[in-house]
Amino acid sequence: MHKFDTNVQYLKYKVLREVARLAWADRLLEGAIDIPKTIVPGKIPTMRCCVYKERAILAERVKLAMGSSEQHNSNVIEVIDIACDECPVGGYEVTDACRGCLAHRCADACKRGAITFDSHQKASIDKSKCVECGACAKVCPYTAITNRNRPCENACKVKAISMNESKAASIDNKKCIACGACVYQCPFGAISDKSFILNVIDMIKKSDSNRKYKVYAVVAPSISSQFTYAKLGQVISGIQELGFFTVVEAALGADMVAYAESKELVEKGLLTSSCCPAFVDYIKKQFPALEKYISHNLSPMATIAKYIKETDPGSKVVFIGPCTAKKMEFHKPEVRPFVDSVITFEELQALFDSKDLDITTLEEGVLDNASYFGRIFARSGGLADAVRQGLKEHGYEDFDYKPVSCDGIEECRKNLLRLLKNVPAGNFIEGMACVGGCIGGAGCLTHGEKNKDEVDRYGREAYEKNISDAIRVLK
Amino acid sequence: MKITVCIGSSCHLKGSRQIVERLQELIAKNGLQDQVELAGTFCMGNCQNGVSVMLDEELLSLSPETVDSFFETRVFSANQG
Repeated sequence: MHKFDTNVQYLKYKVLREVARLAWADRLLEGAIDIPKTIVPGKIPTMRCCVYKERAILAERVKLAMGSSEQHNSNVIEVIDIACDECPVGGYEVTDACRGCLAHRCADACKRGAITFDSHQKASIDKSKCVECGACAKVCPYTAITNRNRPCENACKVKAISMNESKAASIDNKKCIACGACVYQCPFGAISDKSFILNVIDMIKKSDSNRKYKVYAVVAPSISSQFTYAKLGQVISGIQELGFFTVVEAALGADMVAYAESKELVEKGLLTSSCCPAFVDYIKKQFPALEKYISHNLSPMATIAKYIKETDPGSKVVFIGPCTAKKMEFHKPEVRPFVDSVITFEELQALFDSKDLDITTLEEGVLDNASYFGRIFARSGGLADAVRQGLKEHGYEDFDYKPVSCDGIEECRKNLLRLLKNVPAGNFIEGMACVGGCIGGAGCLTHGEKNKDEVDRYGREAYEKNISDAIRVLK
Repeated sequence: MKITVCIGSSCHLKGSRQIVERLQELIAKNGLQDQVELAGTFCMGNCQNGVSVMLDEELLSLSPETVDSFFETRVFSANQG
Protein backbone atom coordinates (compact mmCIF):
# COMPACT_ATOMS: atom_id res chain seq x y z
CA MET A 1 0.00 0.00 0.00
CA HIS A 2 1.20 3.46 -0.85
CA LYS A 3 1.28 6.10 1.76
CA PHE A 4 -1.82 8.18 2.28
CA ASP A 5 -2.59 10.37 5.27
CA THR A 6 -5.82 8.54 6.06
CA ASN A 7 -7.78 5.38 5.37
CA VAL A 8 -10.49 7.54 3.83
CA GLN A 9 -8.08 8.52 1.08
CA TYR A 10 -7.05 4.89 0.70
CA LEU A 11 -10.64 3.79 0.24
CA LYS A 12 -11.30 6.52 -2.32
CA TYR A 13 -8.11 5.50 -4.11
CA LYS A 14 -9.21 1.87 -4.29
CA VAL A 15 -12.49 2.86 -5.92
CA LEU A 16 -10.70 5.11 -8.43
CA ARG A 17 -8.22 2.36 -9.21
CA GLU A 18 -10.94 -0.23 -9.88
CA VAL A 19 -12.95 2.19 -12.02
CA ALA A 20 -9.82 3.02 -14.03
CA ARG A 21 -8.85 -0.65 -14.36
CA LEU A 22 -12.21 -1.48 -15.92
CA ALA A 23 -12.13 1.64 -18.11
CA TRP A 24 -8.76 0.75 -19.64
CA ALA A 25 -10.15 -2.71 -20.41
CA ASP A 26 -13.44 -1.35 -21.85
CA ARG A 27 -15.38 -3.30 -19.24
CA LEU A 28 -16.66 -0.47 -17.07
CA LEU A 29 -20.27 -0.63 -18.22
CA GLU A 30 -20.78 -4.21 -17.11
CA GLY A 31 -18.21 -4.22 -14.31
CA ALA A 32 -18.95 -1.02 -12.37
CA ILE A 33 -21.79 -2.57 -10.40
CA ASP A 34 -19.44 -5.21 -8.96
CA ILE A 35 -16.80 -2.78 -7.70
CA PRO A 36 -18.28 -2.41 -4.17
CA LYS A 37 -18.14 -6.18 -3.71
CA THR A 38 -14.59 -6.32 -5.04
CA ILE A 39 -13.53 -3.85 -2.35
CA VAL A 40 -15.70 -5.27 0.47
CA PRO A 41 -15.81 -8.98 -0.33
CA GLY A 42 -16.58 -10.64 2.99
CA LYS A 43 -19.48 -10.63 5.41
CA ILE A 44 -17.82 -8.86 8.30
CA PRO A 45 -18.11 -5.08 8.25
CA THR A 46 -14.97 -3.05 8.93
CA MET A 47 -16.24 0.48 8.44
CA ARG A 48 -20.00 0.65 8.95
CA CYS A 49 -22.85 -1.24 10.58
CA CYS A 50 -22.96 -3.94 7.92
CA VAL A 51 -21.32 -4.84 4.62
CA TYR A 52 -24.50 -3.85 2.78
CA LYS A 53 -24.25 -0.27 3.94
CA GLU A 54 -20.54 -0.29 3.19
CA ARG A 55 -21.28 -1.44 -0.34
CA ALA A 56 -24.10 1.05 -0.77
CA ILE A 57 -21.72 3.86 0.12
CA LEU A 58 -19.08 2.41 -2.16
CA ALA A 59 -21.60 2.42 -4.99
CA GLU A 60 -21.91 6.18 -4.45
CA ARG A 61 -18.13 6.50 -4.49
CA VAL A 62 -18.06 4.63 -7.78
CA LYS A 63 -20.48 7.20 -9.23
CA LEU A 64 -18.24 10.04 -8.06
CA ALA A 65 -15.19 8.31 -9.50
CA MET A 66 -17.09 8.13 -12.78
CA GLY A 67 -17.86 11.82 -12.76
CA SER A 68 -20.90 12.44 -10.63
CA SER A 69 -23.76 10.96 -8.75
CA GLU A 70 -25.93 14.02 -9.20
CA GLN A 71 -25.90 15.15 -12.79
CA HIS A 72 -27.67 18.40 -11.95
CA ASN A 73 -25.06 19.45 -9.38
CA SER A 74 -22.48 21.66 -11.04
CA ASN A 75 -20.25 21.72 -7.96
CA VAL A 76 -17.21 19.45 -8.18
CA ILE A 77 -17.50 18.82 -4.43
CA GLU A 78 -20.37 16.56 -3.43
CA VAL A 79 -21.82 15.10 -0.26
CA ILE A 80 -22.52 11.35 -0.16
CA ASP A 81 -25.73 11.60 1.87
CA ILE A 82 -25.85 8.02 3.09
CA ALA A 83 -22.28 8.24 4.34
CA CYS A 84 -23.09 11.31 6.44
CA ASP A 85 -25.57 10.94 9.27
CA GLU A 86 -24.09 10.50 12.67
CA CYS A 87 -21.82 13.36 13.60
CA PRO A 88 -22.70 15.36 16.70
CA VAL A 89 -24.10 18.79 16.01
CA GLY A 90 -24.15 20.26 19.51
CA GLY A 91 -21.63 23.06 19.03
CA TYR A 92 -19.95 24.34 22.20
CA GLU A 93 -20.71 22.17 25.21
CA VAL A 94 -19.42 21.97 28.76
CA THR A 95 -17.96 18.54 29.51
CA ASP A 96 -17.47 16.55 32.71
CA ALA A 97 -14.06 18.12 33.02
CA CYS A 98 -15.70 21.26 34.43
CA ARG A 99 -14.56 21.45 38.05
CA GLY A 100 -16.99 24.06 39.21
CA CYS A 101 -14.21 26.54 39.91
CA LEU A 102 -14.51 29.94 41.50
CA ALA A 103 -13.04 32.07 38.77
CA HIS A 104 -15.80 31.59 36.19
CA ARG A 105 -13.65 32.90 33.39
CA CYS A 106 -16.09 31.31 30.95
CA ALA A 107 -18.96 33.47 32.13
CA ASP A 108 -16.72 36.52 32.08
CA ALA A 109 -15.64 35.83 28.51
CA CYS A 110 -19.18 35.26 27.28
CA LYS A 111 -20.56 38.51 25.91
CA ARG A 112 -24.03 37.02 25.48
CA GLY A 113 -24.58 35.90 29.04
CA ALA A 114 -25.10 32.34 27.87
CA ILE A 115 -23.21 30.64 30.70
CA THR A 116 -25.12 29.62 33.81
CA PHE A 117 -24.03 27.63 36.87
CA ASP A 118 -25.75 24.95 38.87
CA SER A 119 -25.66 24.56 42.65
CA HIS A 120 -22.21 22.89 42.37
CA GLN A 121 -20.84 25.83 40.38
CA LYS A 122 -20.69 23.69 37.26
CA ALA A 123 -21.18 25.61 34.06
CA SER A 124 -23.67 24.98 31.31
CA ILE A 125 -24.39 26.83 28.09
CA ASP A 126 -27.79 28.26 27.26
CA LYS A 127 -28.08 27.37 23.58
CA SER A 128 -30.75 30.00 22.99
CA LYS A 129 -28.17 32.70 23.76
CA CYS A 130 -24.93 31.08 22.56
CA VAL A 131 -23.56 32.30 19.22
CA GLU A 132 -20.82 29.63 19.04
CA CYS A 133 -18.02 32.19 19.23
CA GLY A 134 -15.82 29.90 21.31
CA ALA A 135 -14.58 32.59 23.69
CA CYS A 136 -15.51 30.48 26.77
CA ALA A 137 -13.60 27.46 25.47
CA LYS A 138 -10.48 29.55 24.99
CA VAL A 139 -10.35 30.77 28.58
CA CYS A 140 -11.31 27.62 30.52
CA PRO A 141 -8.22 26.54 32.49
CA TYR A 142 -9.39 22.91 32.39
CA THR A 143 -10.24 22.95 28.67
CA ALA A 144 -13.60 21.66 29.84
CA ILE A 145 -15.55 23.32 27.03
CA THR A 146 -15.34 21.59 23.67
CA ASN A 147 -16.70 22.31 20.29
CA ARG A 148 -18.91 19.47 19.17
CA ASN A 149 -19.06 20.81 15.64
CA ARG A 150 -18.91 18.65 12.62
CA PRO A 151 -15.40 18.35 11.20
CA CYS A 152 -16.70 19.41 7.78
CA GLU A 153 -18.22 22.59 9.18
CA ASN A 154 -15.04 23.30 11.11
CA ALA A 155 -12.97 22.74 7.99
CA CYS A 156 -15.14 25.00 5.86
CA LYS A 157 -13.89 28.46 6.72
CA VAL A 158 -16.11 30.08 4.11
CA LYS A 159 -19.14 28.68 5.95
CA ALA A 160 -20.65 26.92 2.97
CA ILE A 161 -21.65 23.80 4.92
CA SER A 162 -24.74 23.43 7.04
CA MET A 163 -26.94 20.53 8.12
CA ASN A 164 -30.12 19.66 6.24
CA GLU A 165 -33.35 18.24 7.73
CA SER A 166 -32.00 14.69 7.72
CA LYS A 167 -28.88 15.87 9.57
CA ALA A 168 -26.63 15.29 6.58
CA ALA A 169 -24.16 17.92 5.49
CA SER A 170 -25.32 20.21 2.75
CA ILE A 171 -23.10 22.44 0.64
CA ASP A 172 -24.23 25.89 -0.39
CA ASN A 173 -22.85 26.16 -3.91
CA LYS A 174 -23.18 29.93 -3.82
CA LYS A 175 -20.54 30.01 -1.10
CA CYS A 176 -18.43 26.91 -1.83
CA ILE A 177 -15.05 27.67 -3.40
CA ALA A 178 -14.23 23.99 -4.06
CA CYS A 179 -11.03 24.11 -1.99
CA GLY A 180 -11.69 20.57 -0.77
CA ALA A 181 -10.95 21.24 2.91
CA CYS A 182 -14.11 19.34 3.88
CA VAL A 183 -13.17 16.46 1.58
CA TYR A 184 -9.88 16.04 3.37
CA GLN A 185 -11.28 16.61 6.86
CA CYS A 186 -14.44 14.48 6.91
CA PRO A 187 -13.39 11.40 8.95
CA PHE A 188 -15.98 9.24 7.17
CA GLY A 189 -15.19 10.34 3.65
CA ALA A 190 -18.75 11.56 3.23
CA ILE A 191 -17.72 14.51 1.07
CA SER A 192 -15.76 13.91 -2.07
CA ASP A 193 -14.52 15.60 -5.20
CA LYS A 194 -15.84 14.35 -8.52
CA SER A 195 -13.31 12.63 -10.67
CA PHE A 196 -12.56 13.15 -14.34
CA ILE A 197 -10.26 10.14 -14.70
CA LEU A 198 -12.63 8.58 -17.22
CA ASN A 199 -12.32 11.61 -19.50
CA VAL A 200 -8.55 11.34 -19.23
CA ILE A 201 -8.49 7.61 -19.97
CA ASP A 202 -10.81 8.16 -22.91
CA MET A 203 -8.63 10.99 -24.21
CA ILE A 204 -5.51 8.83 -24.02
CA LYS A 205 -7.15 5.82 -25.66
CA LYS A 206 -8.64 7.83 -28.52
CA SER A 207 -5.33 9.56 -29.19
CA ASP A 208 -4.07 6.30 -30.74
CA SER A 209 -0.75 6.51 -28.88
CA ASN A 210 -0.56 10.28 -29.48
CA ARG A 211 -0.80 9.84 -33.24
CA LYS A 212 -4.22 11.44 -33.74
CA TYR A 213 -3.47 14.22 -31.28
CA LYS A 214 -1.01 14.65 -28.46
CA VAL A 215 -2.03 14.48 -24.83
CA TYR A 216 0.12 16.74 -22.67
CA ALA A 217 0.36 16.37 -18.90
CA VAL A 218 0.92 19.63 -17.06
CA VAL A 219 2.09 18.90 -13.52
CA ALA A 220 1.92 21.24 -10.56
CA PRO A 221 5.21 22.00 -8.76
CA SER A 222 3.83 20.54 -5.53
CA ILE A 223 4.47 17.15 -7.14
CA SER A 224 7.96 17.50 -5.66
CA SER A 225 6.51 16.83 -2.20
CA GLN A 226 4.46 13.82 -3.35
CA PHE A 227 5.18 10.24 -4.44
CA THR A 228 8.08 10.26 -2.03
CA TYR A 229 8.44 6.48 -2.31
CA ALA A 230 9.87 7.02 -5.80
CA LYS A 231 12.12 9.51 -7.55
CA LEU A 232 10.47 12.44 -9.27
CA GLY A 233 11.97 11.32 -12.59
CA GLN A 234 10.24 7.96 -12.15
CA VAL A 235 6.91 9.68 -11.59
CA ILE A 236 7.47 11.55 -14.85
CA SER A 237 8.25 8.30 -16.65
CA GLY A 238 5.14 6.79 -15.07
CA ILE A 239 2.98 9.58 -16.47
CA GLN A 240 4.40 8.89 -19.93
CA GLU A 241 3.84 5.16 -19.47
CA LEU A 242 0.17 5.91 -18.89
CA GLY A 243 0.10 7.23 -22.42
CA PHE A 244 0.77 10.94 -22.12
CA PHE A 245 2.89 12.39 -24.91
CA THR A 246 5.07 14.49 -22.63
CA VAL A 247 5.09 16.19 -19.25
CA VAL A 248 5.40 19.95 -18.83
CA GLU A 249 5.83 21.92 -15.63
CA ALA A 250 2.94 24.17 -14.65
CA ALA A 251 5.74 26.09 -12.95
CA LEU A 252 6.73 27.45 -16.36
CA GLY A 253 3.24 28.93 -16.53
CA ALA A 254 3.99 30.33 -13.08
CA ASP A 255 7.15 31.98 -14.42
CA MET A 256 5.07 33.55 -17.18
CA VAL A 257 2.48 34.71 -14.64
CA ALA A 258 5.09 36.18 -12.29
CA TYR A 259 6.65 38.10 -15.16
CA ALA A 260 3.32 39.49 -16.38
CA GLU A 261 1.88 40.03 -12.92
CA SER A 262 4.80 42.14 -11.72
CA LYS A 263 4.26 44.43 -14.71
CA GLU A 264 0.53 44.59 -14.05
CA LEU A 265 1.22 45.42 -10.42
CA VAL A 266 3.31 48.44 -11.37
CA GLU A 267 0.61 49.62 -13.76
CA LYS A 268 -2.28 49.21 -11.34
CA GLY A 269 -0.56 49.82 -8.00
CA LEU A 270 -2.62 47.22 -6.14
CA LEU A 271 -3.37 43.61 -7.04
CA THR A 272 -4.78 40.43 -5.61
CA SER A 273 -3.30 37.26 -7.10
CA SER A 274 -5.18 35.09 -9.57
CA CYS A 275 -3.26 31.81 -9.25
CA CYS A 276 -5.44 30.09 -6.68
CA PRO A 277 -8.88 29.41 -8.17
CA ALA A 278 -10.48 29.04 -4.74
CA PHE A 279 -9.17 32.48 -3.68
CA VAL A 280 -10.43 34.08 -6.89
CA ASP A 281 -13.80 32.39 -6.46
CA TYR A 282 -13.93 33.56 -2.84
CA ILE A 283 -13.46 37.19 -3.88
CA LYS A 284 -16.08 36.90 -6.60
CA LYS A 285 -18.60 35.26 -4.28
CA GLN A 286 -18.04 37.08 -1.01
CA PHE A 287 -16.24 40.32 -1.91
CA PRO A 288 -17.61 41.34 -5.32
CA ALA A 289 -16.56 44.94 -4.72
CA LEU A 290 -12.92 43.80 -4.75
CA GLU A 291 -13.15 41.98 -8.07
CA LYS A 292 -11.49 44.92 -9.81
CA TYR A 293 -8.26 44.20 -7.95
CA ILE A 294 -7.94 40.60 -9.18
CA SER A 295 -4.99 40.20 -11.53
CA HIS A 296 -6.09 39.71 -15.12
CA ASN A 297 -3.56 36.97 -15.64
CA LEU A 298 -4.81 33.46 -16.14
CA SER A 299 -3.56 30.96 -13.57
CA PRO A 300 -0.22 29.22 -14.22
CA MET A 301 -2.12 26.09 -15.27
CA ALA A 302 -4.21 27.96 -17.83
CA THR A 303 -1.27 30.10 -18.99
CA ILE A 304 0.99 27.18 -19.86
CA ALA A 305 -1.96 25.23 -21.32
CA LYS A 306 -2.75 28.20 -23.57
CA TYR A 307 0.83 28.22 -24.80
CA ILE A 308 0.74 24.48 -25.49
CA LYS A 309 -2.51 24.84 -27.45
CA GLU A 310 -1.02 27.69 -29.46
CA THR A 311 2.11 25.74 -30.38
CA ASP A 312 0.25 22.47 -30.96
CA PRO A 313 -3.34 23.13 -32.06
CA GLY A 314 -5.61 20.14 -31.61
CA SER A 315 -3.61 18.78 -28.71
CA LYS A 316 -5.16 17.91 -25.34
CA VAL A 317 -3.94 19.21 -22.00
CA VAL A 318 -4.51 17.49 -18.67
CA PHE A 319 -3.51 19.22 -15.45
CA ILE A 320 -2.26 16.98 -12.64
CA GLY A 321 -2.10 18.68 -9.26
CA PRO A 322 -2.99 18.82 -5.60
CA CYS A 323 -6.14 20.85 -6.11
CA THR A 324 -9.86 20.18 -6.20
CA ALA A 325 -10.64 23.81 -7.05
CA LYS A 326 -8.75 23.38 -10.33
CA LYS A 327 -11.54 20.97 -11.27
CA MET A 328 -13.89 23.91 -10.91
CA GLU A 329 -11.49 26.34 -12.64
CA PHE A 330 -11.09 24.36 -15.84
CA HIS A 331 -14.83 24.52 -16.47
CA LYS A 332 -14.74 28.31 -16.58
CA PRO A 333 -15.28 29.75 -20.06
CA GLU A 334 -11.94 31.60 -20.01
CA VAL A 335 -10.01 28.40 -19.17
CA ARG A 336 -12.04 25.71 -20.94
CA PRO A 337 -10.44 26.27 -24.36
CA PHE A 338 -6.99 25.47 -22.95
CA VAL A 339 -7.42 22.79 -20.30
CA ASP A 340 -9.22 19.58 -21.24
CA SER A 341 -9.24 17.87 -17.88
CA VAL A 342 -7.92 17.99 -14.31
CA ILE A 343 -6.92 15.17 -12.00
CA THR A 344 -5.31 15.10 -8.57
CA PHE A 345 -2.20 13.34 -7.28
CA GLU A 346 -4.52 10.87 -5.53
CA GLU A 347 -6.05 10.08 -8.87
CA LEU A 348 -2.67 9.84 -10.57
CA GLN A 349 -1.67 7.18 -8.02
CA ALA A 350 -4.89 5.31 -8.79
CA LEU A 351 -4.13 5.51 -12.52
CA PHE A 352 -0.61 4.12 -12.01
CA ASP A 353 -1.95 1.19 -10.05
CA SER A 354 -4.87 0.60 -12.41
CA LYS A 355 -2.21 -0.34 -14.93
CA ASP A 356 -0.13 -2.19 -12.31
CA LEU A 357 2.63 0.25 -12.98
CA ASP A 358 5.32 0.11 -10.29
CA ILE A 359 6.99 3.43 -10.94
CA THR A 360 9.93 2.55 -8.68
CA THR A 361 11.10 0.13 -11.38
CA LEU A 362 11.08 2.74 -14.16
CA GLU A 363 14.02 4.71 -15.46
CA GLU A 364 14.10 8.33 -14.42
CA GLY A 365 12.66 10.78 -16.92
CA VAL A 366 13.49 14.45 -16.82
CA LEU A 367 11.34 17.41 -15.90
CA ASP A 368 12.92 20.81 -16.28
CA ASN A 369 11.10 23.71 -17.87
CA ALA A 370 10.71 26.33 -15.17
CA SER A 371 12.89 28.49 -12.97
CA TYR A 372 13.34 28.38 -9.21
CA PHE A 373 10.69 31.09 -8.91
CA GLY A 374 8.04 29.27 -10.91
CA ARG A 375 8.57 26.17 -8.84
CA ILE A 376 8.18 27.79 -5.44
CA PHE A 377 4.63 28.86 -6.33
CA ALA A 378 3.68 25.56 -4.71
CA ARG A 379 4.07 26.95 -1.23
CA SER A 380 2.73 29.97 0.58
CA GLY A 381 4.92 33.01 -0.03
CA GLY A 382 6.38 31.63 -3.26
CA LEU A 383 4.24 33.75 -5.54
CA ALA A 384 5.13 36.92 -3.64
CA ASP A 385 8.85 36.04 -3.94
CA ALA A 386 8.44 35.40 -7.65
CA VAL A 387 6.69 38.72 -8.25
CA ARG A 388 9.55 40.45 -6.39
CA GLN A 389 11.95 38.77 -8.79
CA GLY A 390 9.72 39.74 -11.72
CA LEU A 391 9.88 43.39 -10.65
CA LYS A 392 13.65 43.14 -10.47
CA GLU A 393 13.98 41.55 -13.89
CA HIS A 394 11.69 44.19 -15.42
CA GLY A 395 13.88 46.86 -13.83
CA TYR A 396 11.12 48.20 -11.59
CA GLU A 397 13.42 48.29 -8.60
CA ASP A 398 12.14 51.60 -7.33
CA PHE A 399 8.58 50.28 -7.08
CA ASP A 400 7.64 50.18 -3.40
CA TYR A 401 6.69 46.49 -3.25
CA LYS A 402 4.71 45.43 -0.21
CA PRO A 403 3.55 41.84 -0.57
CA VAL A 404 1.16 40.17 1.85
CA SER A 405 1.09 36.39 1.73
CA CYS A 406 -2.23 35.06 3.00
CA ASP A 407 -1.63 31.50 4.11
CA GLY A 408 -5.05 29.82 4.10
CA ILE A 409 -8.53 31.17 3.45
CA GLU A 410 -8.91 32.69 6.93
CA GLU A 411 -5.91 34.93 6.35
CA CYS A 412 -7.28 35.72 2.92
CA ARG A 413 -10.52 36.80 4.54
CA LYS A 414 -8.75 39.08 7.03
CA ASN A 415 -6.80 40.79 4.31
CA LEU A 416 -9.79 41.13 2.01
CA LEU A 417 -11.74 42.76 4.83
CA ARG A 418 -8.88 45.23 5.28
CA LEU A 419 -8.86 45.93 1.58
CA LEU A 420 -12.61 46.48 1.68
CA LYS A 421 -12.07 49.13 4.35
CA ASN A 422 -9.35 50.70 2.23
CA VAL A 423 -6.60 49.83 4.68
CA PRO A 424 -4.81 47.01 2.86
CA ALA A 425 -1.75 45.59 4.59
CA GLY A 426 0.25 45.84 1.36
CA ASN A 427 -0.06 46.37 -2.38
CA PHE A 428 0.20 42.77 -3.54
CA ILE A 429 -2.16 40.32 -1.87
CA GLU A 430 -1.09 36.74 -2.48
CA GLY A 431 -4.05 34.53 -1.63
CA MET A 432 -3.82 30.78 -1.13
CA ALA A 433 -6.95 29.02 0.09
CA CYS A 434 -5.06 26.05 1.52
CA VAL A 435 -2.84 26.46 4.55
CA GLY A 436 0.77 26.09 3.44
CA GLY A 437 -0.22 26.85 -0.16
CA CYS A 438 -0.75 24.21 -2.84
CA ILE A 439 1.22 21.62 -0.87
CA GLY A 440 -1.71 21.71 1.56
CA GLY A 441 -4.18 20.90 -1.24
CA ALA A 442 -6.92 18.36 -0.71
CA GLY A 443 -5.76 16.24 -3.64
CA CYS A 444 -2.30 15.59 -2.20
CA LEU A 445 -1.45 12.03 -1.20
CA THR A 446 0.28 13.22 1.93
CA HIS A 447 0.53 16.49 3.82
CA GLY A 448 3.75 16.72 5.74
CA GLU A 449 5.75 19.33 7.55
CA LYS A 450 8.72 18.72 5.31
CA ASN A 451 6.77 19.38 2.12
CA LYS A 452 7.78 23.04 2.05
CA ASP A 453 11.45 22.09 2.23
CA GLU A 454 10.90 19.61 -0.60
CA VAL A 455 9.42 22.35 -2.77
CA ASP A 456 12.30 24.72 -2.03
CA ARG A 457 14.84 22.01 -2.76
CA TYR A 458 13.11 21.20 -6.05
CA GLY A 459 13.13 24.92 -6.83
CA ARG A 460 16.87 25.15 -6.29
CA GLU A 461 17.41 22.18 -8.61
CA ALA A 462 15.89 24.07 -11.53
CA TYR A 463 18.34 24.58 -14.37
CA GLU A 464 17.15 28.15 -14.85
CA LYS A 465 17.80 30.50 -11.99
CA ASN A 466 15.73 33.43 -13.13
CA ILE A 467 12.36 34.02 -14.72
CA SER A 468 13.46 35.76 -17.93
CA ASP A 469 15.69 32.84 -18.89
CA ALA A 470 12.95 30.29 -18.26
CA ILE A 471 10.48 32.15 -20.49
CA ARG A 472 13.08 33.22 -23.06
CA VAL A 473 11.35 31.80 -26.13
CA LEU A 474 7.85 32.53 -24.87
CA LYS A 475 8.22 36.28 -24.64
CA MET B 1 10.89 30.79 -42.54
CA LYS B 2 9.94 29.26 -39.21
CA ILE B 3 12.40 27.89 -36.67
CA THR B 4 10.84 25.88 -33.88
CA VAL B 5 13.12 24.98 -30.99
CA CYS B 6 12.19 22.14 -28.66
CA ILE B 7 11.90 23.46 -25.11
CA GLY B 8 10.85 20.15 -23.58
CA SER B 9 12.71 19.08 -20.44
CA SER B 10 15.36 16.97 -22.14
CA CYS B 11 16.28 19.55 -24.78
CA HIS B 12 16.09 22.33 -22.23
CA LEU B 13 18.78 20.62 -20.19
CA LYS B 14 20.87 20.19 -23.33
CA GLY B 15 20.81 23.92 -23.96
CA SER B 16 17.69 24.88 -25.90
CA ARG B 17 17.47 28.16 -24.02
CA GLN B 18 20.99 29.11 -25.06
CA ILE B 19 20.09 28.25 -28.64
CA VAL B 20 16.96 30.38 -28.51
CA GLU B 21 18.90 33.24 -26.96
CA ARG B 22 21.62 33.07 -29.63
CA LEU B 23 19.11 32.82 -32.46
CA GLN B 24 17.23 35.83 -31.09
CA GLU B 25 20.50 37.76 -31.06
CA LEU B 26 21.51 36.69 -34.56
CA ILE B 27 18.08 37.38 -36.04
CA ALA B 28 18.06 40.86 -34.50
CA LYS B 29 21.65 41.60 -35.52
CA ASN B 30 20.94 40.70 -39.12
CA GLY B 31 17.57 42.41 -39.20
CA LEU B 32 15.69 39.24 -40.08
CA GLN B 33 12.79 39.71 -37.66
CA ASP B 34 10.30 39.94 -40.51
CA GLN B 35 11.61 36.93 -42.41
CA VAL B 36 12.27 34.48 -39.58
CA GLU B 37 9.73 33.38 -37.00
CA LEU B 38 11.17 31.81 -33.88
CA ALA B 39 8.95 29.56 -31.77
CA GLY B 40 9.12 26.94 -29.08
CA THR B 41 7.36 23.63 -28.59
CA PHE B 42 7.37 20.88 -25.99
CA CYS B 43 8.98 17.68 -27.24
CA MET B 44 9.40 16.59 -30.83
CA GLY B 45 9.76 12.93 -29.88
CA ASN B 46 13.47 12.99 -30.69
CA CYS B 47 14.86 13.44 -27.19
CA GLN B 48 17.93 11.24 -27.73
CA ASN B 49 19.27 13.61 -30.39
CA GLY B 50 18.38 16.93 -28.76
CA VAL B 51 18.41 19.80 -29.00
CA SER B 52 15.71 19.21 -31.59
CA VAL B 53 15.00 22.07 -33.97
CA MET B 54 12.51 22.22 -36.83
CA LEU B 55 13.47 24.39 -39.77
CA ASP B 56 10.08 24.65 -41.46
CA GLU B 57 9.37 20.91 -41.99
CA GLU B 58 12.91 19.63 -41.50
CA LEU B 59 13.96 18.08 -38.18
CA LEU B 60 17.51 18.95 -37.12
CA SER B 61 19.73 18.41 -34.11
CA LEU B 62 21.60 21.40 -32.77
CA SER B 63 23.73 22.24 -29.79
CA PRO B 64 24.74 25.62 -28.41
CA GLU B 65 28.11 25.08 -30.17
CA THR B 66 26.61 24.49 -33.62
CA VAL B 67 23.98 27.20 -33.58
CA ASP B 68 26.18 29.85 -35.22
CA SER B 69 27.11 27.72 -38.18
CA PHE B 70 23.49 26.59 -38.52
CA PHE B 71 22.38 30.19 -38.68
CA GLU B 72 24.99 31.08 -41.24
CA THR B 73 24.44 28.15 -43.59
CA ARG B 74 20.69 27.61 -43.26
CA VAL B 75 19.11 30.85 -42.13
CA PHE B 76 21.26 33.80 -43.16
CA SER B 77 22.05 32.52 -46.64
CA ALA B 78 18.44 31.54 -47.35
CA ASN B 79 17.24 35.02 -46.48
CA GLN B 80 19.64 37.01 -48.62
CA GLY B 81 18.42 38.80 -51.71
